[in-house]
Amino acid sequence: MRKQKLVVVGNGMAGIRAVEELLKLAPDLYDITVFGAEPHGNYNRILLSPVLAGEMTIQDIILNPLQWYADNQIGLYTGKTVTKIDRAARKVIASDGTEEEYDRLLLATGSTPFILPIPGRDLPGVISYRDIRDTDEMIATAATHKHAVVIGGGLLGLEAANGLRLRGMDVTVVHLMPWLMERQLDRAAADMLKTSLEARGLKFLLEKQTEALIRGESGRVAALRFKDGLEIPADLVVMAAGIRPNTALAESAKIYCNRGIVVNDTMQTYDPRIYAVGECVAHRGIAYGLVAPLFEQAKVCANHLANFGIARYTGSVTSTKLKVTGIDLFSAGNFMGGEGADEIVLNDPSGGVYKKLVVKNDVLVGAVLYGDTADGAWYFQLVKDGQNIHEIRDHLMFGQNHVGDVGHAGVSKAAAMADDAQVCGCNGVCKGDIVKAIKGHGLFTLEDVRKHTKASSSCGSCTGLVEQILASTVGGAYTPSESKDKPMCGCTDHSHGVVRQTIRERHLITIPDAMHYMEWKTPSGCPSCRPALNYYLISTWPGEAKDDPQSRFINERAHANIQKDGTYSVVPRMWGGLTTPAELRVIADVAEKYEVPTVKMTGGARIDLLGIKKEDLPKVWADLGAAGMVSGHAYGKSIRTVKTCVGAEHCRFGTQRSMAMGVKLERMLFGMGAPHKVKLAVSGCPRNCAEAGIKDIGVIGVDSGYELYIAGNGGIKTEVAQFLCKVKSDEEVMEYSGAFLQLYREEGFYLERTCHYVARVGLDHVKAAVVSDPQKRKDLFERLLFALQDYEDPWQAAVAKPAVRREYEVIRIKEVAAEVTA
Amino acid sequence: MNGWIKVCALDEIAPQGSRVVASSQGDIAIFRTADDKVFGLHDKCPHKGGPLSQGIVHGETVTCPLHGFKIGLKDGEAAAPDEGCARRFEVKLDGGAVWLQLT
Repeated sequence: MRKQKLVVVGNGMAGIRAVEELLKLAPDLYDITVFGAEPHGNYNRILLSPVLAGEMTIQDIILNPLQWYADNQIGLYTGKTVTKIDRAARKVIASDGTEEEYDRLLLATGSTPFILPIPGRDLPGVISYRDIRDTDEMIATAATHKHAVVIGGGLLGLEAANGLRLRGMDVTVVHLMPWLMERQLDRAAADMLKTSLEARGLKFLLEKQTEALIRGESGRVAALRFKDGLEIPADLVVMAAGIRPNTALAESAKIYCNRGIVVNDTMQTYDPRIYAVGECVAHRGIAYGLVAPLFEQAKVCANHLANFGIARYTGSVTSTKLKVTGIDLFSAGNFMGGEGADEIVLNDPSGGVYKKLVVKNDVLVGAVLYGDTADGAWYFQLVKDGQNIHEIRDHLMFGQNHVGDVGHAGVSKAAAMADDAQVCGCNGVCKGDIVKAIKGHGLFTLEDVRKHTKASSSCGSCTGLVEQILASTVGGAYTPSESKDKPMCGCTDHSHGVVRQTIRERHLITIPDAMHYMEWKTPSGCPSCRPALNYYLISTWPGEAKDDPQSRFINERAHANIQKDGTYSVVPRMWGGLTTPAELRVIADVAEKYEVPTVKMTGGARIDLLGIKKEDLPKVWADLGAAGMVSGHAYGKSIRTVKTCVGAEHCRFGTQRSMAMGVKLERMLFGMGAPHKVKLAVSGCPRNCAEAGIKDIGVIGVDSGYELYIAGNGGIKTEVAQFLCKVKSDEEVMEYSGAFLQLYREEGFYLERTCHYVARVGLDHVKAAVVSDPQKRKDLFERLLFALQDYEDPWQAAVAKPAVRREYEVIRIKEVAAEVTA
Repeated sequence: MNGWIKVCALDEIAPQGSRVVASSQGDIAIFRTADDKVFGLHDKCPHKGGPLSQGIVHGETVTCPLHGFKIGLKDGEAAAPDEGCARRFEVKLDGGAVWLQLT
C-alpha cells in the first residue's frame, strides 16, 4: 500500500513537535515533507533571548539538527516559503514553484510581529524580534552603534532590551501602557520590575505613543519622534509590540480564519484534511503565544494524524516567566482578580519581594510572583488542577515548603544553585548533571529528566526543585506534566481517575479485559500500570476479581521485602506491638537456625529479620507459623501496623486501654490491601506516646472516649494528621476507622497515601461520607468487612500449597552429564 | 546434543513469571511471557546486580526489582536512556519442557 503523504508547512517548534509526537505513535504511516521559510533546522525560539544576551550560542538552541530529518526520512525544504494551497488538487506550492502533494496537511505557520503603521517603518535599522536573523542583526548592530529603542514593554521587548544592554548599547524601552508587561503583571509587580531593570541601566518611557521614525544622513534610522513632540536618538529600533497569528496562507486558500486559523478540539481546520497547530491557530477564540500550549496542541494533533482519534485539546492555562538572568518573575492564570475574587498579597518593596495570589470560591485562579518564584510551579499546578485550597488557605502564601516538605526546605532558587550542588539525594544527582542532560538531549518534561538522570524518580521529594531547574534552563518551553488528568503511564492516555471509574461502571474484572476495553497501547502493560490495575480490580470487585500475583511488585509476590543483595527480610506480625516470651524464643531460634545476619526493630515497633535467602522463606514461615505467628505485611501496599502506647492497662496517666484497642483494630484490618501502605496508632491519652499525629489513622484516648485523626504521614512529606471527629466507644473507633479506610480504598489512586488522597478530595468530602451520614458510614464499613472476610495468612498459604511454594525454589540441574554428551 | 539441559516443565513457570536455575555459570533466570515464549538471562542486572528473575515481566521486557532498569528478554540490553547488558542464554521449548543450553 502506498504511504500517505503528510506535508507540514512551518519548521518551528509547534510543527516539528507534532511530527515528533506522530513518529512516536505511528512511525511508518506517512511520507513526511516539511517546508521552512528559515534556512535552519528547528530551533528553540524561546532561547533567542539568552543568545542575544550572550549566555548561549545558536548551536545551544538547535532542537533538531539537519541529521535528524535525514535519520527519520523526512523531506525538508529550508528557505522556501509556501505561498499557495491548492485544496482541490491537494498540493502546496512554494514561492519558487516547488510543489508537494498531500493527503493530510499540517499548518504551523506561527506568527508575525506586529509592525506599527508609522512613517519610517521600512528604514534600515528597524527590525522585529522573531528569528535568528533578527538576533544576528541586533548583535551586529550592538557592536557598531550606540542608541537602541525597543518599542513594546512586554515579555519579548524587555528580553530584547536586556540583551542589547548587555551587548553595550544605550537602551530605551517605549511602552504605550502605564506599566510594563500589563498582560502578565499587575501594577505593583511591574513597578518593582521597572526599578530593578533601571538599576541595570535600562531607560523607560511609559504612556508614550510613537509617531514616526526619522531617517538619518546615512540612510538608516536615526531618531524616533513621539506624538507629544519629544525626539530621542535611535540607531536601532526593535518593534516588539505584539504578534499576530500568521494566517495569510490559510486565508488565501479560503480556510476559515478568525484572529487565527480556526480549529476544533482535534486541531482540525474547516478543511478536514488540513490540521493546524501553534501560534497561527485560534482555538475556542484564543490564540496562544506561549510554548506550553503549543506542545499540548502538537500532542493532540499527532494523535489524530496517527488515526488514534482519542485525544482532545480543551485549552490551556498559561504561565509566564521572564528570562532575564537575575530577575525572578512569574505569573499565571487570572492575576488581576475582579468581582468575587480575593487577593492575598505579600509586599516587601525594599526586600524586592512581591507576591499576589488570587482566590475565587476557595480555588486559586491566578498568581503573580516577583523576587521569589520558588513556588511558581506549585501555584501553577494548583491553578491548573482547580484544587480546593480551603484547608491550606491560611498558609498558602508561604509556599509548598511551609505546607510540609522536608529535606530541601533551604534550597529555593534553582537558578542560583551551584552546578555541583546535589538535587536528588536518593540517586546522587547534581544540578549540573540535570542541566547537562536537558541541554544535551533537548528535554522539556519532568518525565524526560527522570528517565535520563533518575533525578526525582525515587522518593520524589525533590520534584519541585527539578521542575524549577527545568523551568530555568528551558524557559517558557517547560511543560508542567504533573496533573491529576495526566495519563497513568505510557501504555494509556487515561488517567487513574478515569480508569477507576471505568472499571466500576463497566464491571471489568480481569486485567486483559480492562486493557482491551480501554484500548491499552501495549500488549501486557508495564510495571506502573499493571499493579495499579490489579489493585483497582480487586478493590472494586472483591470476591469477583482474582488477584494476579504477576502484576504485583516482588515484595508483595514473595511476601517479604527484597534487599539490595537480593535477600529478603521477614517481619512477623505482633498484634498491637504485643509479644510473648514464647514468640520471642521462636524468633531467636529462627534467627540462629537460618543464620540471620541482622535482627532489628522496625519503625513500626516490630522485629525485622534481615538477610534471608528466598529459598529459605517458606521454611522460616513454617517455623514461625508453628508458634502461631503470621505475616506482618511489612512489604505490602496494605495495612502495616497499629502502634500503641501502654495505655490505661499500665500507665498512670492512661485514660483508655490503648493496647487492647490497637489489637482489635489490627485484627480487624488484617490483610487489608490499599492504594499504598497504611499505618495506624492508638495512644491512651493526649500525651500521645504512640505518635498518632503522623499516622494514616491516629486514635487518641481522652477521658470521655477517643479522638480520631486521619491523613497524617511521617514519610517523604511530613504531614500532621487532621482531626476527623470524636467518638465514645471502641466499636465506634472501629466503624469510623473502617469506613474511612474503605472510602480511601475505593477512591484513592494507586500509590497515593491517605494524606495525598485527602488533599485531593478535601476533608469535607471525607467527613460527609464518614461522620455526618450514618448510613453511608455503615455501608462503607460493611463493604470493608465483606472484602476482608476469609482472608488467609499468605505465609501459611505458601507453606501449605506446593504450587505456590515452588515459586521460592531454585532449580538445580546436572551439568556434568550434558558436557559428556557434548 | 550441544549442551542442552532439560530445566522443568513449562507449567512450572507462571505466565509472565520466572524461575531461577543454579548453574556453574551463576544463577540463570528463565522467563515465560504472556504468550508462552521463554528466555534466559544471567540473573544479575547490569546496573547494580539486582536479581532480574524477581522483576515484573511485561511484553518481552523485565523490569529489575531494585531500581527499575528495563531489560529486553531477547537481547539482555537495558532500554535507553539506561545502558548495560545482561548475558543471555539460549532457551527453547520442546514437548512442553523448557531447555537451557550451557556452552
